Amino acid sequence: MLVLDNVDAHYGKSHVLHGVSIEVRAGEVVGLLGRNGVGKTTTLKAIMGMARRTGGRITFEGRDLHGVPPHGLAGLGIAWVPEERRIFRLLTVLENLRTGLDRPGVTPARREELLEKVYAYFPILKERRNQAGGTLSGGEQQMLAIARAMVLEPKIILLDEPTEGLMPRMVAQIQEIVHALHREGVAILLVEQNVPLTLDAAGRVYIMEKGTVRHHASSAELRADQRVIHEYLGV
Amino acid sequence: MDQILIQTLHGLVNGMVLAMVASGLTLIFGIMDIVNFAHGDLLMLGAFVGASVLGVTGNYWLALLAAAVVIAVLGAALQVTTLRPLIGRDPLTTILATFGVSLVLQKYALWQWGPSVRQISEPVRGDFTLFHLQYPWYRIVTAILAGLIIAALWLFLKYGKFGIWIRATTQDRVMAQAMGIPVPLVYTAVFAIGSAMAAASGVLFGPFAGVTQTMGFDFTLRAFIVVVVGGMGNLGGSILASIFVSLLEAYAAIVVSPAQAVIVSFIVLVLTMLFRPTGLFVPTPK
Repeated sequence: MLVLDNVDAHYGKSHVLHGVSIEVRAGEVVGLLGRNGVGKTTTLKAIMGMARRTGGRITFEGRDLHGVPPHGLAGLGIAWVPEERRIFRLLTVLENLRTGLDRPGVTPARREELLEKVYAYFPILKERRNQAGGTLSGGEQQMLAIARAMVLEPKIILLDEPTEGLMPRMVAQIQEIVHALHREGVAILLVEQNVPLTLDAAGRVYIMEKGTVRHHASSAELRADQRVIHEYLGV
Repeated sequence: MDQILIQTLHGLVNGMVLAMVASGLTLIFGIMDIVNFAHGDLLMLGAFVGASVLGVTGNYWLALLAAAVVIAVLGAALQVTTLRPLIGRDPLTTILATFGVSLVLQKYALWQWGPSVRQISEPVRGDFTLFHLQYPWYRIVTAILAGLIIAALWLFLKYGKFGIWIRATTQDRVMAQAMGIPVPLVYTAVFAIGSAMAAASGVLFGPFAGVTQTMGFDFTLRAFIVVVVGGMGNLGGSILASIFVSLLEAYAAIVVSPAQAVIVSFIVLVLTMLFRPTGLFVPTPK
């Protein structure tokens, strides 16, 4: 469904991605592991059209994403949950969700359904719906960032380090939501540093180093043979 | 004592008109980081369009509406042709571009309507007695109307779907795009809204002093002062600053001549830049 074929990307003047090839099939959860600064986040930004792509091709359902304006990706079914969460801080929780709900083709009934759905997953958001996004705790902001992506009814979610800096209880909740989205048939490209969580959630894993993919294996293989993990991640 | 009450009323009326001009300017700056030097000239063109429509139809309210609509369309066209290609460039290029637009609009007005002053006759006649002075009702109507228009803008931004898009884009353009918000369209629409507000202010202000092709510059300058004093891009701050500065000017006019009273606003500007560069009415930095 989402195919990165030999993608090169620059961030400013520095050459960050060197021939990255990754594929995510429909409904699949794919992990992207690697140390800090190896290009995982840039890979997601290249998909979102935010890093300057200088080579290779990115296609979604066979369509080249080159030339699709940044605001057109959500309509194709690609949602992004950035590492910094990027909650609209001065908008209330409900208004944050409305940025994804008030799009053409969503009937009022469907809107209510989607809202009830994310409120069922994250009851705390319903409680805080009239509170400014910036006043939420880190974990709540992460939930809001995921909920905001969910109301777009995406085919794939690009999930960037969702558990970074969260308490264990919150991490477990995020893990649960990843499973739930998988059951619903939403594909996920999961960038993480948390190896156990990634191996649990993802079917396949790509390991990146120095701006390129060094290793690709199923989670089962990696669980059985942890040497690769040690080699590239040092854990 | 009479003087102070009269000047308070005067300051409030001027403040409301200025607030309307400044709110368009601050909205545009807040979302696009564009310093629009042509803002006052859009106001001037709006006043001319209003005067022309009034001349033909004799209906002031129709003139007000027509000016807002015509200048909104013009503003949208300006944004698409002149400013959209400059997005992401050095801010200096947009300053120069809007400055150029300002000159073009002024010369166009001179060519189209000539150098003489046009009058817009007020739709509400009659005065009321305020102490020793005959105060025109129209000024009161203007202040109330400006207040209503600003309130409508606020409600639109607060509750409308498009208002949420505008606020989301102002806070984080990249994330807004990722949420599917058509940011280029939002930019154009905001520019159109700001232009319409300027044009409406021009028609409202027209009966006070007449319409000339150079009236815009003064408004650009004064709107800038209050936008900086209120905190760049902060709508509420700009409105408060408009009233604050206008009141100060009005009170200063008791002591010195009205022409010299303008200096007060520059003093406020300089003091704000020195001691509170983020603006007087910004509680916490964004």
